[in-house]
Amino acid sequence: MSAAVKSTALQASAQIFLARFEGLRARLPGDSTVREAAAELLRKSGLPGPREEAWRYTSLRPLAEVEFNEPLTPVADCAALLARVPAIGAPRLVFVDGRFRDDLSDAPALAAVRVGGPSFGTQAHPETEKLVALNTMLSEDGAEISIAAGVDANTLVLISLGTDLNGRAVAFHPRHTVSLAKGAKLTLVEIAVGEGTYLHNPVTSVTVADGAALTHLRIQDESRAAFVLSTIYADIATNGTYDSFTLTLGGRLARTEIHARLTGLDAIVHLNSAQLLGGNQHADFTTIIGHDAPNCASRQTVKTVLTGKSRGVFQGKIEVARDAQKTDGYQMNQALLLSPDAEMDSKPQLEIYADDVKCSHGATVGELDAEQLFYMRSRGVPAEEARMILVRAFLAEALDPIKHEATRAAMELAIEGWWERQAA
Amino acid sequence: MLEIKGLEASVGEKQILRGIDLVVPTGEVHAIMGPNGSGKSTLSYVLSGRPGYEATAGSASFDGKDLLEMDPEARASLGVFLAFQYPVELPGVGNANFLRTALNAQRRARGEAEMAAPEFLKFARAAMKRLSMPDDMLKRNVNVGFSGGEKKRNEVLQMALLKPRIAILDETDSGLDIDALKIVAEGVNTQRGPDFSALVITHYQRLLDYIVPDRVHVLSAGRIIRSGGPELAHELEANGYAAIVAEAT
Repeated sequence: MSAAVKSTALQASAQIFLARFEGLRARLPGDSTVREAAAELLRKSGLPGPREEAWRYTSLRPLAEVEFNEPLTPVADCAALLARVPAIGAPRLVFVDGRFRDDLSDAPALAAVRVGGPSFGTQAHPETEKLVALNTMLSEDGAEISIAAGVDANTLVLISLGTDLNGRAVAFHPRHTVSLAKGAKLTLVEIAVGEGTYLHNPVTSVTVADGAALTHLRIQDESRAAFVLSTIYADIATNGTYDSFTLTLGGRLARTEIHARLTGLDAIVHLNSAQLLGGNQHADFTTIIGHDAPNCASRQTVKTVLTGKSRGVFQGKIEVARDAQKTDGYQMNQALLLSPDAEMDSKPQLEIYADDVKCSHGATVGELDAEQLFYMRSRGVPAEEARMILVRAFLAEALDPIKHEATRAAMELAIEGWWERQAA
Repeated sequence: MLEIKGLEASVGEKQILRGIDLVVPTGEVHAIMGPNGSGKSTLSYVLSGRPGYEATAGSASFDGKDLLEMDPEARASLGVFLAFQYPVELPGVGNANFLRTALNAQRRARGEAEMAAPEFLKFARAAMKRLSMPDDMLKRNVNVGFSGGEKKRNEVLQMALLKPRIAILDETDSGLDIDALKIVAEGVNTQRGPDFSALVITHYQRLLDYIVPDRVHVLSAGRIIRSGGPELAHELEANGYAAIVAEAT
């Protein structure tokens, strides 16, 4: 172990992943130099720790409590888990413990599943980003979705099932790419469910070319014992749109980190989210939006509902480059605390180097309004139902803009299920 | 029948009601009048079960059932309705959905069949027409962006749909112009009948020209200091509260 790495439990856990890499390296597909560089970062600096600004509110320490294994034995029976995935009515790609499952998937012509190892691309930086490094070092499978110029590809569903059905906690690191050529259109619905203890550490690279539009709707309803650390990189070119919404319900420890770059004129990005947390869950929605070009717009509505002893985090950074005049940025982050033991940490951050921009942000943390509750109860609505109505109303602003009916309905159903689990 | 005996109530540390005795027989409309701070609104909140308004002595029952022991929603299902002085806005909650949710919650609590959406809409539109309310008020969020008059009409609409057995109107006339006042009064009057009673709380006699009460009670410093027929309201209007309060003390 190098001197630079403190011998904490968390760094011991990094060493275990490194040892796994040593054992597997000969058999891992694809570009080994990229993997070696990633391993080097982890060797030198370990996993992200609490002293790093970006990880001040989210501690990865609980990772060290679990010994993760490689998902070597394919899980045969996924019927029960698959049944928990809401029907969207579109072709699907299914991954189980990070491995593509042809037998469970449809094969739409537009999506390929990579053979011969991941194409790491240049958006993610495994030499500086530690979780990306972990993914890069051990990644094996991934979806490669590319839509040709001018094609409206409708809807595609990307499903991830996480398990410890074989009785051992597993870690998997899928590497996905989604690229839309000029004027292409796609709604990508990502649904992740799971059972037991595992680490799901996906990295997704998205490119939206001129005039293309990607709607990226994500339902994270993973196991309550799982660790879910997703990183997404999205580059959006001139007149392109990346419209993303993440619903976070699952995970013991969950973080979604989205890096979006607006690289061409008049590009638009929406990074919206709803997080519904209970028990001892910890969920973190971290976004970094780079306005690199003029006339671009970014919108964020992030809503968090917390019960029990759960903890929510929102970190939203907007960087406006010197040339990015007429930038229009809006960020709203609101949390509803339904329990005195829940906690929300919120960190908006604006870095503006251009002089003609419109950027606004707001954050509120509150409880359910007693006046509103009494009003509804005085009309005969039972207290529990009245609370649910107010929670739904709170989330409406984030959910209503989702135009994809089947997905929005699936999300609303998942939220209802979440509420029933909290009430039980 | 609403029966209130020796009711005392506090808000926080402060005692507001100091022993109220009042009976509203089924089928009758009673008015409660009184100066500001006499406890009128507190009485309406204690009867409807607002958290923080605590009865410390006495009793209040409706048809023999102890109201003070019940949750607000149970009181509503029993037939107690409070028209709010300041109706509450519910952003993100559609008016039609809210009304149907409330109606069906009450029906469920009473063991009755729920009303399906199409049937409800027909029922609601008919009631709105009677109250001169535009159809789009059903589509809007509850009370959000409503004018003062629209909010009060929305309260009366809720009353018309929920068909309570006793309605408590807490200064429903405040902030209403004469046309809105007539519509609201009409809404109450159409409910009147042998199974409906009402407690009309007001500061001014004006509303009572349109909703003519069977009895008028004057509330002062948390007690009813005088009761009489509708003519008592006119006497108050002519002489003011001071004279009656002075007479009673």
